[in-house]
Amino acid sequence: MNKTIRNLLTSAVVLALAPLPVFSSGGNLLIKNGTILTVTKGVIAKGDILVLNGIIRQVGQDIQAPAGVQVIDATGKYVIPGIIDSHTHIALDGTNEGSEAITPEADVGEVVNADDTAILTALSGGVTMVHTMHGSANPIGGPNVVLKMKWGRPSEELIVHEALRTLKFALGENVKQSSRTITVGGPPPRYPQTRMGTNAIIRRELLKAKVYMEEWDRYNKLKASKTPPKNLLPPGKDLRMEVLSDLLRGKMVARCHDYQATEALEFIGLAKEFGFKVQAFEHAWEAYKIAAELAAAKIGISVFADSWAYKMEAAEGIAYDAGYCAKKGVLVSINSDSGERIRRLFNEASKTMKYGGLNETEALSLVTINPAIQLGVDRIVGSLEVGKQADIAIFNEHPMSSYTRCDMTIIDGDVYFDRGQYLKEREEAAKQAQAPKKGGRP
Amino acid sequence: MTKRIFILCLIVGWAAGLFFAQTKPAKVIAIKGAKIVPVVGDDIDNGTILIKDGKIESIGKDVAIPNGAEVVEAKGLSAYPGMIDSYSILGLQEISGVSATVDTRETGRLNPQVFAIEALRYDSMHIPIARSNGITAAIVAPSGGVIAGQSVLIKLDGWTNREMVIKNPAAMQIEFPAIRGGRGGFGGGMGRGGVVAVDATRLIAELKEVFNKARYYNKRKNFASKNPSLPIPELDETLEFILPVLKGELQVMISVHSDRDIKAAIQFVKDENLKAVFFGVEQGWKVADDIKIANIPVIIGSLYDMPPVWDDGYDSLFRNPVILNKAGVKIAFSSMSASIAKDLPYHAAKAAAFGLDKKEALKAVTIYPAEIFGVDKLMGSLEKGKIANVVLSDGDILETKTNIKKVYIDGKECDLSNKYTELLEKFKKRG
Repeated sequence: MNKTIRNLLTSAVVLALAPLPVFSSGGNLLIKNGTILTVTKGVIAKGDILVLNGIIRQVGQDIQAPAGVQVIDATGKYVIPGIIDSHTHIALDGTNEGSEAITPEADVGEVVNADDTAILTALSGGVTMVHTMHGSANPIGGPNVVLKMKWGRPSEELIVHEALRTLKFALGENVKQSSRTITVGGPPPRYPQTRMGTNAIIRRELLKAKVYMEEWDRYNKLKASKTPPKNLLPPGKDLRMEVLSDLLRGKMVARCHDYQATEALEFIGLAKEFGFKVQAFEHAWEAYKIAAELAAAKIGISVFADSWAYKMEAAEGIAYDAGYCAKKGVLVSINSDSGERIRRLFNEASKTMKYGGLNETEALSLVTINPAIQLGVDRIVGSLEVGKQADIAIFNEHPMSSYTRCDMTIIDGDVYFDRGQYLKEREEAAKQAQAPKKGGRP
Repeated sequence: MTKRIFILCLIVGWAAGLFFAQTKPAKVIAIKGAKIVPVVGDDIDNGTILIKDGKIESIGKDVAIPNGAEVVEAKGLSAYPGMIDSYSILGLQEISGVSATVDTRETGRLNPQVFAIEALRYDSMHIPIARSNGITAAIVAPSGGVIAGQSVLIKLDGWTNREMVIKNPAAMQIEFPAIRGGRGGFGGGMGRGGVVAVDATRLIAELKEVFNKARYYNKRKNFASKNPSLPIPELDETLEFILPVLKGELQVMISVHSDRDIKAAIQFVKDENLKAVFFGVEQGWKVADDIKIANIPVIIGSLYDMPPVWDDGYDSLFRNPVILNKAGVKIAFSSMSASIAKDLPYHAAKAAAFGLDKKEALKAVTIYPAEIFGVDKLMGSLEKGKIANVVLSDGDILETKTNIKKVYIDGKECDLSNKYTELLEKFKKRG
């Protein structure tokens, strides 16, 4: 039996009512007669999308289905690019290596859990891709990973290798452990306990990484020279320094958990000093205070729409943050950071129309093309364009309306969530539950 | 010269006349040209709402606007009744992670003597945000233990906590001990699973015993008041504050979640002969008919949560209000929040996305909560004689993109600025 089908059947037993991938279409589909919100290339009324081998081949009107290609009727519905969550912690067997402050070697990509039902939750909200991240316990956490929500597939197949390699940094209350009670006789507090210490420890590690890189450069130079010295020994390998070297060499980018404006500006300072790229600030509840600096440094933000006031540093997190920054030229995405909010990211994005005055396309961009750009995957996903991978969601109403509902989620041309199918299975299960049972306990 | 003085006197007299003419009689406001959505009855296109003495004096298509009325041109706008949040912690919590700002839960299991109104922070930063999204009244409820305390119905306007009271207490809050556990999911959440499942049966027995004791306590008090030779029972704070419930003067709001617990709670309400409303009720859809037969209204908990168990289906929280509504149970939505109490309309819209009739969704944030809390003669719809809680919007108030243009509470136009707008304006100045 094919491994995928076996996985599907196993999960079908465990989760009788779970939305399951309906079947593999072999990546060949024709979506007919929907309102197509391409995000980057306008809206097509009564439009069709032809998908072959998991790739979008045509977007337009009156496209005929080649023989054997399954047709999905989207009449009256809205077809959008699969939603991308720029910041979550789902589908992982571990989030925080909080025992030490500096753990760049702790890579969440090595603990991907493809059986996490949060993947199904994500699919039910039209989410096809997530950036699932190391937690915020440490100033330098670890590398993050980008996954497609291919429920039923093994972990390796979920990983999106085209994505930028990202390294999690964190600042502020979580790092300085401000909610932790220090007990007499308990373990001593972990350094750092202040924002000063946080900046200092990051600087220290980056300085160490520079020395480390220099040692290796010297060694490699000597080794490559015409007459390498006898008994030339390589410096020791240090997994932490290896990761930081990749950051400083531009092979990775930083994604930095930050709340307050000051710590963000100081981190930008560190990035300039050491020459690494900050791809985005996470949460960034005071980004609106420093929108000019963020735009100038080409640093994006990945934020909540309005979940705020849950800790002191989130007390000035205004719902205008995302919309205001977007208008100021900052690349903004709306993230979930939650296994629940992930299924209503479209609702969250729509709030920027009220708070910030974005139009429907701009608001939809915050959960499609913008996160794709932040993750470096905008060449392959994030909009409905010919040549891109067929990650698509179908909604019954405009996705920026609060009355909307996701009806279908497609990844690489395969249907992974189908509400119609789910309803059928539910009805079937209800019938079976009502049918008189033979034997067993009364 | 005299002529000049004469003219001056004329001007002063005219100005004074104007002044008194405007301030002396009650202020009359005429909202003109709006699409009126009264909630009860049909929508009125291009209608007028006349507000006098803080009340709706008249409403309709052909309403004569008296001289001197302040006319508010509302062409292109829609007029709705202010929304009512049926369970919030507005004023009891500023920043959830900073315990100094949190007053939601008292310690101990039996706290009928604690009143939400007495801790209500009237200038909470969250209240103007909710108000500026069209919410004009809210239940503020304590949680925790078994009897959590007394909730209050407030209007979202006022200079002091007591000024904000519409009905106090609104209900005595009971967290029904969970036999099968409450809702799981992310973060647990307040108002849910207040008590661990293991000793639920014992706790229900304890609750019943408290009610019995209160009845006996009441009897002894009554006897003593009629017969001076009998001793007055020693004050028992817990029992004393349960008495209004036993006398039928006050309803209980029972926080209950699983189907099994809901059935047990229905039995409890019957046994104790209480006037009750349920809150949470995540598995209500499984026992909708039982709830209907018991005639108990339901406050739907926040829809920003996961199903209690996966087998209920991914959308069980969303279809729950749909099924309850179809079964004839009166439902109302709630934010269960302070910081995002403003999202109340979107909980209603979410249920509509999964099959709830849009008009019913709107009623479940306006007239139904008014009925549930016994204030439907005062508010919950736009009708003649009701308090003028009016919201003017540029679209459907359950839509996220809709902007709220004006909010009137008691016929008074509210300031729509809030912490969001203040910080925005401040940093806009940076350019």
